[in-house]
Amino acid sequence: MSGLKVIQSGVHSLVQDAGRYGFHNIGLTTGGPLDHNSFRWANRLCENGDSAACLEILVGGLVLESQIATQIAITGAEIPLKINDRAVSGWRSHRVLAGDRIKLGYATAGCRAYLSVAGGIKAPLVFGSAATVVREGLGGLHQNGKPLSRGDILPCIPCTTDKNLSLPQHQRPTLDAAITQIRVVLGYQHSSFTQSQTQCFFSSEYSVSENSDRMGYRLSGAAVKPSLKGMLSEGICLGAIQFPADGQPIILLCDRQTIGGYPKIGSVFSLDIAKLAQLMPGRKLRFEAISIEQAHSALKLHEQQFLSTPLDIDAQSQV
Amino acid sequence: MTPDYPRIEIAGENSSIVYFSDRPCSTTSSIISHTLSNLKTALADQLIDLAPSYTSLLVIYNPLLTDQQQIHKAIRHAIDDGQPDTKIQTGRRIQLPVYYSVESGPDLQSLAQNAGLSIDKVIALHQQTEYLVYAIGFAPGFAYLGEVDPRIAAPRLATPRQKVPTGAVAIADRQTAVYPAQSPGGWNLIGLCPTVMFDPTQQPTTPVRVGDRVCFSAIDREQFLQLGGSATALVDKVR
Repeated sequence: MSGLKVIQSGVHSLVQDAGRYGFHNIGLTTGGPLDHNSFRWANRLCENGDSAACLEILVGGLVLESQIATQIAITGAEIPLKINDRAVSGWRSHRVLAGDRIKLGYATAGCRAYLSVAGGIKAPLVFGSAATVVREGLGGLHQNGKPLSRGDILPCIPCTTDKNLSLPQHQRPTLDAAITQIRVVLGYQHSSFTQSQTQCFFSSEYSVSENSDRMGYRLSGAAVKPSLKGMLSEGICLGAIQFPADGQPIILLCDRQTIGGYPKIGSVFSLDIAKLAQLMPGRKLRFEAISIEQAHSALKLHEQQFLSTPLDIDAQSQV
Repeated sequence: MTPDYPRIEIAGENSSIVYFSDRPCSTTSSIISHTLSNLKTALADQLIDLAPSYTSLLVIYNPLLTDQQQIHKAIRHAIDDGQPDTKIQTGRRIQLPVYYSVESGPDLQSLAQNAGLSIDKVIALHQQTEYLVYAIGFAPGFAYLGEVDPRIAAPRLATPRQKVPTGAVAIADRQTAVYPAQSPGGWNLIGLCPTVMFDPTQQPTTPVRVGDRVCFSAIDREQFLQLGGSATALVDKVR
């Protein structure tokens, strides 16, 4: 099958769909886009379903050559995008023709971009999903968990529409705030943290450390050392905040281990995981606690807004 | 179950965790398995995933379709609904061959030494117990088995290895396991198992399930290779 040919694979580019669910009992993690919000917008700009496979591009450097006529869109991190050396904008779908070159520069804000193509990338499914999990050697174009490499072909079906959709500027997420505010739903062992430990966590500023990846974001800042000892390993949900012996928090993300035995204070609110996913090492963040009811209302409101936000339509793609 | 259990806690915006006991045992495991299968049926589309472990079950749901009150109600129902007779042993009995040796188990010697036992005694004790599969996690097909004889229990290595070979049979505290794939790891390595513990192209993908019982039986080097054991796992000297 023809589609988009990889000329340069970039820093680390992965095929991701909505993720792999229902297999925690055999130890499989979920994978899927770290910034789920940008991923969904990328698909919507190409008029795809919510779970169509896209590329998650870390930092940039990707060059593709199209073998077909189709539509593409890029969302997420701000990365300069060119089609045949013509600069075009993100958060907008663009027409590409056979032979066109799609060239990404490097992120100027945020760090993860999502490239969607009309109809989605037709990657094979492993356990019901095309999501690439490098650590498990599962998913992706070759079903072996490998990131994109030069010469790969992303299979896509041709598309005849030349309607270009864009998301109005004010609807796009803001990137690179001086300090990112992250909401947390208290849970798990939170009641075994002392009041001063909990206060310390919610009043301190943390920064993203170098050893942060799709498995987890390691933070550095005030140490919180819960006295709880000898915990049995238990299921870990997306965004769980755990404290290993050194007291530096780790936020567990899409490629997390399915079970683990460190004490957890609760979990990051899913809409804020999208913000976290765009933070490079060194960026600063703070936490605030919200109730589960607040989390659910915010989630429902966001869903309504996502579904009801109209996209702008224009005839030609332009900057 | 003690009066404090089962206990349901919020884990995150889309997850709740049920604690069934403070100590793992086969009764708790079978109650977890039963609750899991009841919840699958009861929650259907509202359910995203379930992660069973030693004494707990993480229930991940879609908060756009339900809320934590409904979920907690469904969990309580699932626990009460037709619990199995825990005196009857469920789960299958699986036998796994192991090539125990200093060559295939680089920590065998130090483990024996620290335990004040001979290497042969350590190998014999490891085979004497029928282990329960308490949980599968950490990596695909990684089964946590318990519990080993207290005489051969050993703490994790101070510095984990960068590379533990596929099939490594290992001990950490009173747990034992077979590494399904090469990975970093801090458990004490005592042998190699030639059985494939995770194969995404096979059905089933893992030879063991939570609630199964596992026995180990010693094989020699030649049998290990005949059964498909990796010669590179032997050559590729684990340090």
